[in-house]
Amino acid sequence: MPAENMPAENMSAEPASTRHTPAQDTPAQPTPAQPTPAQPTLTQRPPAQPMAAQSTPADRASTRIHNIGYRHYDGPRLGRAYARRSLFAQSLRGAYGLGRSAKSKVLPMLLFVVMCVPALIIVAVAVATKAHSLPLDYTRYAILLQAVIGLYVAAQAPQAVSRDLRFKSIPLYFSRPIERVDYVVAKFAAMTSALFILTAAPLIVLYVGSLLAKLDFGEQTKGFAQGLVSVALLSLLFAGIGLVVSAVTPRRGFGIAAVIAVLTISYGAVSTVQAIAHVRDGASAVPWLGLFSPITLIDGVQTAFLGATSSFPGADGPSTGQGVVYLLVVLALIVGSYGLLMRRYRKVGL
Amino acid sequence: MACATSFECVNVIATESLSKRFPRVTALDRLTMDIGPGVTGLVGANGAGKSTLIKILLGLSPASEGRAAVLGLDVADPASGPAIRERVGYMPEHDCLPPDVSATEFVVHMARMSGLPPTAARERTADTLRHVGLYEERYRPIGGYSTGMKQRVKLAQALVHDPQLVFLDEPTNGLDPVGRDDMLGLIRRVHTDFGISVLVTSHLLGELERTCDHVVVIDGGKLLRSSSTSDFTQSTATLAIEVTDTDAHPDGTRALRDAFAERGIETHTGGELPGAGHTVLVTAQGDETYDMVRDVVADLGLGLVRMEQRRHHIAEVFRPADGQREQQLAAVAAQQTGGPSDAR
Repeated sequence: MPAENMPAENMSAEPASTRHTPAQDTPAQPTPAQPTPAQPTLTQRPPAQPMAAQSTPADRASTRIHNIGYRHYDGPRLGRAYARRSLFAQSLRGAYGLGRSAKSKVLPMLLFVVMCVPALIIVAVAVATKAHSLPLDYTRYAILLQAVIGLYVAAQAPQAVSRDLRFKSIPLYFSRPIERVDYVVAKFAAMTSALFILTAAPLIVLYVGSLLAKLDFGEQTKGFAQGLVSVALLSLLFAGIGLVVSAVTPRRGFGIAAVIAVLTISYGAVSTVQAIAHVRDGASAVPWLGLFSPITLIDGVQTAFLGATSSFPGADGPSTGQGVVYLLVVLALIVGSYGLLMRRYRKVGL
Repeated sequence: MACATSFECVNVIATESLSKRFPRVTALDRLTMDIGPGVTGLVGANGAGKSTLIKILLGLSPASEGRAAVLGLDVADPASGPAIRERVGYMPEHDCLPPDVSATEFVVHMARMSGLPPTAARERTADTLRHVGLYEERYRPIGGYSTGMKQRVKLAQALVHDPQLVFLDEPTNGLDPVGRDDMLGLIRRVHTDFGISVLVTSHLLGELERTCDHVVVIDGGKLLRSSSTSDFTQSTATLAIEVTDTDAHPDGTRALRDAFAERGIETHTGGELPGAGHTVLVTAQGDETYDMVRDVVADLGLGLVRMEQRRHHIAEVFRPADGQREQQLAAVAAQQTGGPSDAR
């Protein structure tokens, strides 16, 4: 085969000074415009261009030819599971603006700080005043700061999914070993993890602080564990809802508005109606109304099962029976969002 | 893996009465073809079924009937889907790049999605971007790129995992003539330099003739023609040669023509084309012709400015109107086989 290429190389070596500039990309191929007389039609792949051009006698000082020809990749190909993990890691980092522009780091980092600062203050006060208990339950913390969490989901969920939809990058993923289920699972898991980091970090601050303040270890540990379970559930639920809502539209702006509407406005509406119901006809309807907004759902579940005090009007949380309904609704919503995401991506395959 | 039949082994792509029917449209209609290694052009009008075929070959869309194999793997087998996609690259027709990341970041990410470990992904990205002709600008966000540069990034992401076969869907779309030529040259190099087989689609036959070893024409989901590019054009292949003038030979073109005449080689002028006065056309008869041209030019001490194959365009072969197309194709093919003596 090399013998066959010789004429072409010798020929072009002479006029090289007129045809090549040193900056040219692939001087390995003598004259791009000129077809090689006979193309090798082998079943196996022809070798990448050898380092021949450099050793040709006609290669003069005036025409330096850098031959860094094409190199094949013989290393490992780590397949689907690795691609899924990589997508997860990339999406999780992206949810905090890591690996993206400085501008996109501002909001998630700011919200993260806003989530942690109250915890730091509470801890500082508790340590300084030698308090006997934290002024706040672990389970209550996320409910109080739900607006911050809502804002975070609204900012990051559209970023996680609608970019790929809007710029039509999805076909590039699905033309690779990774499949629809891998994509959805990776994005869902990444969003959930990002939310868990956001909501669990202040709990860790509270817990460490309470131990520094020498509060009762057993009690604090139990409360901390309950808080972690609660925010884990919250992360799954918010991630699911946020992703489904933002995957509907390739427009990021609509996604942000829609997520805020679903998470925060629904909470405001439900709380208002609950307050009215509480004043008008006592308690009975209040727990059932809580089923209609994500944050009250979490509130209900943790009131029924995780020893939290409800933030419903009159601290009127669901009973254990109602709590089961709450839990079922939460799980149905999480599974439902996964199913809807899978359906959504079936259409946009290629 | 031992291959039992030629269906599984010899060809890069093989289909057997492959059909794809949608409720209202038949996108592919019993398409049977074999595509070997090299650069293959898939030509058809918009809606002829080119993209549908690529989807099926990537294992992303099931065929209604018939079967297809890519690199010896059956696309209908669910287990071979990821295996095929690991060894195949795909460049979509439409824009698919996020504007807010740099080409490097994007291609690294795509390399990892293909299963390359982080270090290898970075190395391959740097290599591939250089091969497609992106240098310093690869660190800038893609949003600021020209269409030509974006097309190069799209090509790079299809090549970054060193596939054995790439599907390029309308890679010259939206490019100006120079960008088109660059892209076609690049596609040619994907096979000649990189050793990667290429299936490139276009609705323009003319631009594939320089690039492809083989052309498949489909229309309305049916195979219209599948043949080697050289079948159409070899018999009329001519070399266009352009040389410099030197002190010894103030009119280099004339001197060259005379030298050829001395050796009993017939030359033609370039006809009425622009710059034809400085072009010498010689009928190419294999490798000896190239050697001979080189020797003659070297003996005269002239500088060789240009030497390229000039062919009749296969577009001419396929141009006839819909109704009579097949008849005319047959007629043209007959002429071609009987024609070489006339052409010389």
